[in-house]
Amino acid sequence: METVLMKGNEALAEAAIRAGLNVYFGYPITPQNEVGEYLAKHLPRAGGTFLQAESEVAAINMVYGAAGAGVRTMTSSSGPGISLMQEGISYLAAAELPAVIVNMMRGGPGLGGIQPSQSDYFQATKGGGHGDYRLIVLAPSSVQELYDHTMLAFDLADHYRNPVMVLGDGLLGQMMESVTLKPYIPAFPLEEKTWATRGRKNRKPNIINSLYLDPEKLFSHNQKLFKKYQVIAEKEVRVEVINEEAEFFFVAYGSSARFSLKVIELLKEKGINAGLIRPITLWPFPYTVIAEKVNQSKGFMVVEMSMGQMVEDVERAVKGQKPVYFYGTAGGIVPSPQKIFRRTLEILEGGQE
Amino acid sequence: MAEILTRPESLTKIPFHYCPGCTHGIAHRLVAEVIDELGLMEKTIGVASVGCSVLAYDYFNLDMQQAAHGRAPAVATGIKRALPDRIVFTYQGDGDLASIGMGEIVHAAGRGENITVIFINNSIYGMTGGQMAPTTLMGQKTTTTPEGRTKDNGFPLKVSEMLATLDGVAYIARVALFDPGQVIKAKKAIKTAFTVQEKGLGFSLVEILSTCPTNWGLSPVKALKYVKETMAQYYPPGEFKKPEGVW
Ligand SMILES: Cc1ncc(C[n+]2csc(CCOP(=O)(O)OP(=O)(O)O)c2C)c(N)n1
Ligand code: SF4
Repeated sequence: METVLMKGNEALAEAAIRAGLNVYFGYPITPQNEVGEYLAKHLPRAGGTFLQAESEVAAINMVYGAAGAGVRTMTSSSGPGISLMQEGISYLAAAELPAVIVNMMRGGPGLGGIQPSQSDYFQATKGGGHGDYRLIVLAPSSVQELYDHTMLAFDLADHYRNPVMVLGDGLLGQMMESVTLKPYIPAFPLEEKTWATRGRKNRKPNIINSLYLDPEKLFSHNQKLFKKYQVIAEKEVRVEVINEEAEFFFVAYGSSARFSLKVIELLKEKGINAGLIRPITLWPFPYTVIAEKVNQSKGFMVVEMSMGQMVEDVERAVKGQKPVYFYGTAGGIVPSPQKIFRRTLEILEGGQE
Repeated sequence: MAEILTRPESLTKIPFHYCPGCTHGIAHRLVAEVIDELGLMEKTIGVASVGCSVLAYDYFNLDMQQAAHGRAPAVATGIKRALPDRIVFTYQGDGDLASIGMGEIVHAAGRGENITVIFINNSIYGMTGGQMAPTTLMGQKTTTTPEGRTKDNGFPLKVSEMLATLDGVAYIARVALFDPGQVIKAKKAIKTAFTVQEKGLGFSLVEILSTCPTNWGLSPVKALKYVKETMAQYYPPGEFKKPEGVW
């Protein structure tokens, strides 16, 4: 197995090719442009198709068409572009089409900035588009995981016939790290897409659709989707816990988890036994894993590059039984482990909120 | 007894829901006849748009995808890029294609996307109850131009003429369905458009001047007369672009 030094955005693009990406559609936006650029160069050589769409609106609808045609398809963007894709994402979820959507988050709202951020958490995990639906959301925290999660995203998407989002940030996308180019091994048996619209030969027509004019039928479609989401919530929660025996826990995902690890080291020097709960799936969210730590933990410190979004889910898991603290940065400012450390010490030693 | 007319195989047996005198039904039939005659049923994927024809996926006996409002050309692009040897067509109204989906249609045409677009121009939004469309004629009354369209609402868009200027376009024609002769011409244009795609020549589009008796407030017969005497004057039928060679 080859281990190479690679940029996050390129590692994820390489993983997509190896996972059998057939067609990619995208529109340039910083900080994920290397994804499209890498695919423009390497995907055709691997027998796939790269197409630069005229907008994110078009790109996600091209993804819809290709997904419906039964091939592996992907798009990537960042906040402002993902906002435009929400229409298509809602339709993909409704029509139960498998597709991979990458969001390398930058600061917002609005045009915001191009520096890393984690402020699209609500949008990714709580909807974003119209209607009742869920996305599976993976949150890599290293270039290796960008590679691994991208492969996994295709399999989860096909297995559950649901769009999957890989939610990274500008820091992960732009960073260079060593990555082991593991061969692609499907996480689930790959089933034939008998439902796809590929031209009807010796069978009834296949229809990809999300319109249900009869309220009863729409309701039962909603129920069917939610049964599927329940299965996903039971089976697909992924989380990493570092230092199971800790007496204080950080909860952070992606880049923030890495800063939190540094803080945990600094606390150890002070004789404080802290640990990390790192959600790898943001939806389904590891509520029970956090809840299991409530008794042993003096409290929870949520670190996010946002004004506070995932913290609401952590509070939901903790149910007011222990204090939940929050340390956030925004605007593209990356949190400093020293500052988080000092703040945590203040809390733990001074007992202040 | 010899059968003179049968239902095309590319149509299901489900009865159309269209209003009496609406020419959406004729347009469906023509598309289905052409697909049958060219023997394309097994390799064709249709894209239904949003508008009165949103249920086209129930009527075409073909693999079909339903697209978001205006996005059919992007969806069709996705299908065609995934399966380049298949035949892909969209069926779109004028609100869908010329308003919310203007970006998608211009760029699909500009890319020379090898798809066929059936564009139903009835100069009004049918499904939502008769509001102004980009194709609404000057002076035409709609629910959002109650006194008739004036220049404050902008001018009607001539989509076929506009798209015909693009290099990616291989075939563009405008037809009307106001009498049997025109219906025959329309079928010929649709056949040409699908053949252009089969030959891989690029983007093809047939604009069909269609009726909306319900929202025009006209009887079916008067509606056909309106297409002939008013609409076809502003939107002249004809072939605007054709590939080189014998056709
Ligand atoms: C994003 C979005 N905006 C608005 C609508 C509502 N809508 C449904 S049909 C329609 C107009 C369709 O008109 P046209 O394309 O001319 O087709 P017709 O009904 O005349 O056949 C509109 C605005 C929608 N479904 N989606
Ligand atoms: S509302 Fe108009 S376009 Fe729609 S079916 Fe009726 S006549 Fe046809």
